Amino acid sequence: MRVSMSQEMGTTSVLWAVLQREVSLAMRQKGEVLTPLVFFVVIASLFPLGIGPESALLLRMAPGVLWVSALLAAMLSLQRLFSTDYSDGTLEQMALSTTPLGLLVLAKSVAHFLLSGLPLVLVAPVLGLQFGLDERALGVLVASLLLGTPTLSLIGSIGAALTLGVRGAGVLLSLLILPLYIPVLIFGAGAVEADAAGLGAGGHLSLLAALLVVSLFFAPLATTAALKISLE
Amino acid sequence: MLCGLAAIESGDICWKGVSVRAQVEAFRRELFYLGHLNALQESMTVSENIVFSAALGGLAVAQRDVAELLVQFGVGGRGGQVVRHLSQGQKRRVALLRLALSRARLWVLDEPFVAMDDAGIRMLANLVAKHLNTGGLAVITSHQSVDMGGIPAQILDLSACACQ
Repeated sequence: MRVSMSQEMGTTSVLWAVLQREVSLAMRQKGEVLTPLVFFVVIASLFPLGIGPESALLLRMAPGVLWVSALLAAMLSLQRLFSTDYSDGTLEQMALSTTPLGLLVLAKSVAHFLLSGLPLVLVAPVLGLQFGLDERALGVLVASLLLGTPTLSLIGSIGAALTLGVRGAGVLLSLLILPLYIPVLIFGAGAVEADAAGLGAGGHLSLLAALLVVSLFFAPLATTAALKISLE
Repeated sequence: MLCGLAAIESGDICWKGVSVRAQVEAFRRELFYLGHLNALQESMTVSENIVFSAALGGLAVAQRDVAELLVQFGVGGRGGQVVRHLSQGQKRRVALLRLALSRARLWVLDEPFVAMDDAGIRMLANLVAKHLNTGGLAVITSHQSVDMGGIPAQILDLSACACQ
């Protein structure tokens, strides 16, 4: 009887189950998706207010400002990536799952991107208009964010795992992770600037894609190692 | 340590004569672990939690079977309720309900009787007894001594040890 109740599941279905769970949890706590998004909009809108209506200056600063705002917004929700699973014991079960923890971590990172990175990518063109970026620059901005924000989620997961169960984890997390975000920031903002200067954004975007591929492979491994330390 | 959550400092743990470090995945297939924490997500419903934890164990369960098990474990009709609204004892029952779904041969239960009423303890003891009778193995830590259907158990009294 016991056997008839359940059927073996493939690894992909397990990962799909993790992804679905994360998304449905976020839909139940909509604030978690909306907070980074509103934060992004507010920070990016503060700059024109603070600097004044000098359109040439704003146009020049736009890529950097938008990227820094996106980076900070993406970091906002990182702390919660593993914390509830850690405190309710689900993480222990994940570590003992028949599916390798690295893949489960990857699924969680993908969910984090879908819930915190992707909304930023979608809102960014609207904010870009505020700064007076033209259509072409907006396209490059969206492309760079689309390649860059998954990398932010992946690298961020390492920090989230390392600071698990630590007091004052939020501040520590930013200190650990922000330096690691620098390459993404440089190439992301650089892509828009290079395109505006007529150099073409291809090189920068390729480098962003390369960063994404490297972090896709290494970040889950590093995160898994960090989680195992936290669980001991 | 027995499950592989903590690193082994010295010596080795063998499963079927082979070190568990050499057969991590095969060992995990045979292992069911439940610690002090119930591993239930508070804002998800009871059945969502059960389906998800079965998925982590690599198993797919039908909703109908979940409902049936809930009745069997004395928490019938609560499948659609959010875990946050359950009492401690009910949460513990839901957590232990996974035992019935698991195909693991080795059960490692860390104080499973905590927050359980007498009926719950008897039910769990029966479940363990059934598991042992079908060739299973269970390692249980507990503050109470509970009769497991008259099956002789090896008892290791930790109070005699010099624990840190």
